Amino acid sequence: MNITLKLYANLSYLLPVHAKHNAVQVDLLEPISIHHLIDLYHVPREQAHLVLVNGVFINPEERDQVDRLKQGDVIAIWPPVAGG
Amino acid sequence: MAWTRKFLRVNLTDGTIKTEALNMDWAREYLGQRGLATRYFVAEVDPKVDALGPDNKLIMTTGPLTGTMASTGGRYSVVTKSPLTGAIACSNSGGFIGAEMKNAGWDMIIFEGKAPSPVYLYVENDHAELVPADDLWGKSVWATDELLHQKYQDPQLRICCVGRSAEAGCLYSAIVNDLHRAAGRSGVGTVMASKNLKAVAVRGTKGVGNIKDPIRFMKTVAEQKKVLADNAVTGAGLPKYGTQVLMNVINEMGALPTRNMREVKFEGAHAVSGEAMHEPRKSDGKPNLTRNAGCFGCTIACGRISTIDRGHFSVETKPEYWGNSGGLEYEAAWALGPDTGVDDLNALTYVNFLCNEDGMDPISYGATVAAAMELYEMGVITQEDTGGIELKFGSAQALVAVTELTAKGEGFGKILGLGSKRMCEKYGHPELSMTVKGQEFPAYDPRGIQGMGLTYATSNRGACHLRSYTVSSEVLGIPFKTDPLATEGKPELVIAFQDATAAVDSSGLCIFTTFAWSLENIAPQIDAACEGDWSVEKCAELGARVWNLERDFNMRAGLTSADDTLPPRLLKDGANTGPAQGKVAGLAEMLPKYYELRGWTTEGQLTPETRARYGLPS
Ligand code: SF4
Repeated sequence: MNITLKLYANLSYLLPVHAKHNAVQVDLLEPISIHHLIDLYHVPREQAHLVLVNGVFINPEERDQVDRLKQGDVIAIWPPVAGG
Repeated sequence: MAWTRKFLRVNLTDGTIKTEALNMDWAREYLGQRGLATRYFVAEVDPKVDALGPDNKLIMTTGPLTGTMASTGGRYSVVTKSPLTGAIACSNSGGFIGAEMKNAGWDMIIFEGKAPSPVYLYVENDHAELVPADDLWGKSVWATDELLHQKYQDPQLRICCVGRSAEAGCLYSAIVNDLHRAAGRSGVGTVMASKNLKAVAVRGTKGVGNIKDPIRFMKTVAEQKKVLADNAVTGAGLPKYGTQVLMNVINEMGALPTRNMREVKFEGAHAVSGEAMHEPRKSDGKPNLTRNAGCFGCTIACGRISTIDRGHFSVETKPEYWGNSGGLEYEAAWALGPDTGVDDLNALTYVNFLCNEDGMDPISYGATVAAAMELYEMGVITQEDTGGIELKFGSAQALVAVTELTAKGEGFGKILGLGSKRMCEKYGHPELSMTVKGQEFPAYDPRGIQGMGLTYATSNRGACHLRSYTVSSEVLGIPFKTDPLATEGKPELVIAFQDATAAVDSSGLCIFTTFAWSLENIAPQIDAACEGDWSVEKCAELGARVWNLERDFNMRAGLTSADDTLPPRLLKDGANTGPAQGKVAGLAEMLPKYYELRGWTTEGQLTPETRARYGLPS
């Protein structure tokens, strides 16, 4: 299963060096939860404030579900940020 | 207290300057800045006045916390009637001039009439004089700033002024202070120029006293500064990425208006994002962003100081633009970038410099160019109109060329200076203007962030994000997360944000503190500084009072509920992709409830009960 992981703002440095435009392709051998995925990339869970899958916000409660990520999904993560 | 309790009244027609005592009964009801100046404005100006005629007035105003040691306490606002919208305008700016005005001993300056020839106002503490400005007229903001600093030989002199765009009548001209901070929206600079008032230069050395309970104030302020420092947004995110961190957020969620709001995602968003501003350039190894910067007394410092690649086509022969200057904020980057389809960070930075140099609101300007590009691609605007410029979506060359014209009010720039609404009407396509009440939208598509649709439609100064920034809740989860695609609960949310914002805008503090602070953190600071009882409830009530007063002015000016609407593109065409695909802005589901909760009639007029509730003038 292939997904795209994007880490932004202060999480950018956790991406591998070959990442482009803050994104990296991830090949998953089996379905995993969002929390499991971000642990693999050493993203501190409390820093994964804004989590969007295909642009839709994922509540913290849903981040432990193993079937939340599907083939082709784009998951994008930010620490607490704001602007305006 | 914290008010200086006096203000200057400058009659430009006969050249007189008077000192007047502040109406403290009004100050106790409207606090300061946006609220108090609006109270003066509605008392003194006929709502039907010609915005660019001598009978319009222009008020520069501080809040009671401006110039104090409270974090971000450097704000000032400009209140007038807008030539762009015909509604009340209130534009807020940081930098240093607000605090300087306060330090000179003035809560406000009311300008009335029109000078027979160009003048500027010079204020040094109690001394205030109008000085001929014929030598400054025709000069840019940056040149004016330099000439005045040279003349007075005082690096601490704080200056706000208008540039060549305002002199040429561009309807969205800003008043720029401290080189790259601006009272940006609604054409307040156009009004200033219409009065032949080129600049205001202020030096104040008196300090700000009159604090009701100095010890409690110092304690509260210190505690609240710690809250800002400990918060991930105000303590880390904003200083590092500025507001530009939003570019990728809003794009990912499919709410980034693209190419005059035809689309909701921009393929080039990353190239013009806050993250990209940190990436080293290939040419010189330097990133676009040099450092962050703060306004007076600010412990957040979200400002951007940037450079342009010297080899970039826009500046390669113009060394005067090679240095550091005010860089891109999110709203400007969006309007100049995704909305025009341009993904060239250097070009956007250069155009942003020009907006500062000649005082144009980059939101209205970029959105107007976007509408012109759509008309050009339809064949309605031709190269004959543009003077040979190929005004296509995505063309950085075209964007740069028309900006150089608009900044000086030349050629096709004169047409762009009309703003999107008047320009689209002129070419027979009013439906292509992405505006409310004649003011251009900022950077959030209301199909993907529904609360912003209601925010834009009901904003008292035309489409604006800074009247109720529900993005905080709908996208970022501050203070709590709501579903951006839902319309339910949004009227309540919008009202809460509108009222809290109006209260903050009346205090002298910056609205960006509200990513960490609520009125619970702000009210005690006001209460320690100002006489009277400034509880959280009273601050929220103050906000509602200000909102209703502004609304009342607009209704008397001739606006109606028909003006509380959105362009057909957003009401009829579904978003083209992303989570909001196929969805339109659900304004009809929210507006009646909003009127009801506001205590207005179904026609959006204040009821006598609402008027009485807030003690508004009849
Ligand atoms: S948060 Fe930003 S805009 Fe607000 S006062 Fe500080 S530097 Fe200025």
